[in-house]
Amino acid sequence: MEGKAHENDLNLKATELTLGLPGRDEISDLPNQTKKRSPPADLKNEEGNPDAKNAQKGTAPPAKEQIVGWPPIRSYRKNSLQVNKNTEAETAAGIYVKVSMDGAPYLRKIDLRVYKCYPELLKALEVMFKFTIGQYSEREGYKGSEYAPTYEDKDGDWMLVGDVPWDMFMSSCKKLRIMKGSEARGLGCGV
Amino acid sequence: MDSQRKKVLVQVLNLVTSPKDRSSVSLVCKDWYDVERHSRRHVFIGNCYSVSPEIVTLRFPNIRSVTLKGRPRFSDFNLVPPNWGGDVRPWLEVFAAEYPQLEELRLKRMTVSDESLEFLAASFAGFKALSLLSCDGFSTDGLEAIATDCKNLTELDIQENDIDDKSGDWLSCFPETFTSMEILNFSCLNSDVDFDALESLVSRCKSLKVLKVNKTVTLDQLRSLLTHAPQLLELGTGSFWQELTPSQHSELERVFSNCKNLYAVSGLWQATALYLPVLYPVCTNLTFLNLSYAATLQSWDLAKLVPYCPHLRRLWVLDTVEDQGLEAVGSNCPLLEELRVFPSSPDGDDIVDGVTGSGFVAVSNGCPRLRYVLYFCWQMTNAAVATVAQNCPDITHFRLCIMTPAKPDHLTGEPMDEAFGAVVKTCTKLERLSVSGLLTDLTFEYIGKYAKNLEYLSVAFAGDSDQGMQYVMNGCPKLKKLEIRDCPFGDAALLSGLEKYESMRSLWMSACLVTMNACRSLASKVPRLNVEVMKDDEIGDDSQADKVYVYRSIAGPRKDAPAFVLTF
Repeated sequence: MEGKAHENDLNLKATELTLGLPGRDEISDLPNQTKKRSPPADLKNEEGNPDAKNAQKGTAPPAKEQIVGWPPIRSYRKNSLQVNKNTEAETAAGIYVKVSMDGAPYLRKIDLRVYKCYPELLKALEVMFKFTIGQYSEREGYKGSEYAPTYEDKDGDWMLVGDVPWDMFMSSCKKLRIMKGSEARGLGCGV
Repeated sequence: MDSQRKKVLVQVLNLVTSPKDRSSVSLVCKDWYDVERHSRRHVFIGNCYSVSPEIVTLRFPNIRSVTLKGRPRFSDFNLVPPNWGGDVRPWLEVFAAEYPQLEELRLKRMTVSDESLEFLAASFAGFKALSLLSCDGFSTDGLEAIATDCKNLTELDIQENDIDDKSGDWLSCFPETFTSMEILNFSCLNSDVDFDALESLVSRCKSLKVLKVNKTVTLDQLRSLLTHAPQLLELGTGSFWQELTPSQHSELERVFSNCKNLYAVSGLWQATALYLPVLYPVCTNLTFLNLSYAATLQSWDLAKLVPYCPHLRRLWVLDTVEDQGLEAVGSNCPLLEELRVFPSSPDGDDIVDGVTGSGFVAVSNGCPRLRYVLYFCWQMTNAAVATVAQNCPDITHFRLCIMTPAKPDHLTGEPMDEAFGAVVKTCTKLERLSVSGLLTDLTFEYIGKYAKNLEYLSVAFAGDSDQGMQYVMNGCPKLKKLEIRDCPFGDAALLSGLEKYESMRSLWMSACLVTMNACRSLASKVPRLNVEVMKDDEIGDDSQADKVYVYRSIAGPRKDAPAFVLTF
């Protein structure tokens, strides 16, 4: 099986970043797939024997190869998920979030999806509220400034921005608050 | 038979309702056949082309309720070209003449035009219940006709249909004098309905038991509806996310706590941890929870919810709940009998971990009463499936879909044969099985040898040779429906079922290796079978039969077959 071939090398494949699905590599073991617009007769290779185990190992297929009618989900349900994805951005908690800054007269709102990582988000906040956030470190939080960016998560707890992986932050952040002064220092800015 | 004995028999038969039992009764002797056919009120027709409406009405003169199924199941997944058939109109015309007292019509995978709905509304004065599941051909105009003219309607159940949703005006067509609704489900429609009309309808229909609204109905509107209908047994919510004021939020909690009879909740679009707690008061009584449209629900949200639902018997979720969510289910829902896990990203557009063998095992550990399993995942292991089978030997429906076709065991790289072997050996009551993953002929050898109660088998991208299908055709004494796609089964496999097809409802084979000649041969050897081949003009090779649909019929070849359907 293909998996065993990697045991002897550095297994770089495991750390490789791809756009494919988990387990996608196995597709190259299959006989030619029934593609969206080509007739199912393509399933057979030249010998007319589409034996899954003996199929030619062609090049890896493009990342988004669609097979007609697979997986077996009714189109109603598929369409419903699509719509969900489109409206999710506007309605799900954690994408458009309010940002408050201690001492500022009004709140702002930002779309977390716009940012790909923490540095981008923090830079945007600095620009929006005209202040400087310090240098982040796991041990000491944001050192070197009066401010600390915090967020309220799904459990209602106030957390320091930057501790968890970006994706987890994106899906659990409900609100942002830029703390200032003594409260901020209490969150581990370092003395 | 003397009239006294007849009376007794009729009384007894009134209590016999299942189609299988009534069929058995009719086979006892001619007298019983006669009494049975006159006293039957409901007829179930699993394949609309297996019999004609004339034959049905001739045998059963007093029918009040009909269930009719049309297209083969793979049409749900776009494998059947449009306009294939399954039009209900010819049936309605015969029913209008022979069953003017018809009250209920339940259709699945049929084509229903607006004209047919208008005809229905006009032809049956006492019509009560209409259920349309996975049908097509109609628009909301047709629903207007039903709402306007069916004065005694108690049930309107529109589910997962491919319809032209022009507007929500149909709901406003129920007259002010109309008060008989008991079951109303329009959750699959997308248009806004007039909320005042809906609210008025809900208020005046005091016997309303089931209400499933669509996602355009907001949380606050739901709150209002529930104040008028605290007697509901089943509720399908609309959108479950809205910016509510604190007083609106607590009012919402209050109305839910008033719904003392609610045992099933669905809908829940955009449900998140923010508003799910309003369900807590009803959760103790919940036996069915459908979260399969709550696309934003994460594992921790589910883990927070399920401790409140100890009596849950049926749970539908999306794979966004992941293994941790399923662990919580296993720990909190010991009475669970049915679990369905749907994929949130079936086309693989998003990188989603979903659920794995670990979650599957976790549920089986905590829920030994599991009977029905539908599990979509991107990876699985033989060991996990074997454990599930061991933990839940009463499983009757096992549908596992590993979404990457022909994927081997995720840990060992071996075929998934032993997984399904374990299922058929351990779950002796198994009636329905869907297989997936990398499978050799050995899987089918296991199925043929052990699955003695299997009635329905679905196979895709599996097997090595004709032998695979032959194992199934030579085993599985109770097989009724077999659907196969993209497998290396050819003529020998098809013909190995010669003796079996008349006792089955149907066989579907697509993208396999069957030739036209074999179809011809099968048709000539078994006269009461319709052997249909759907021609695909894109395929140059005329000798291959790409889509084969074989079914028993006493109505002969179809008279309404489109040009692309060849009947041998």
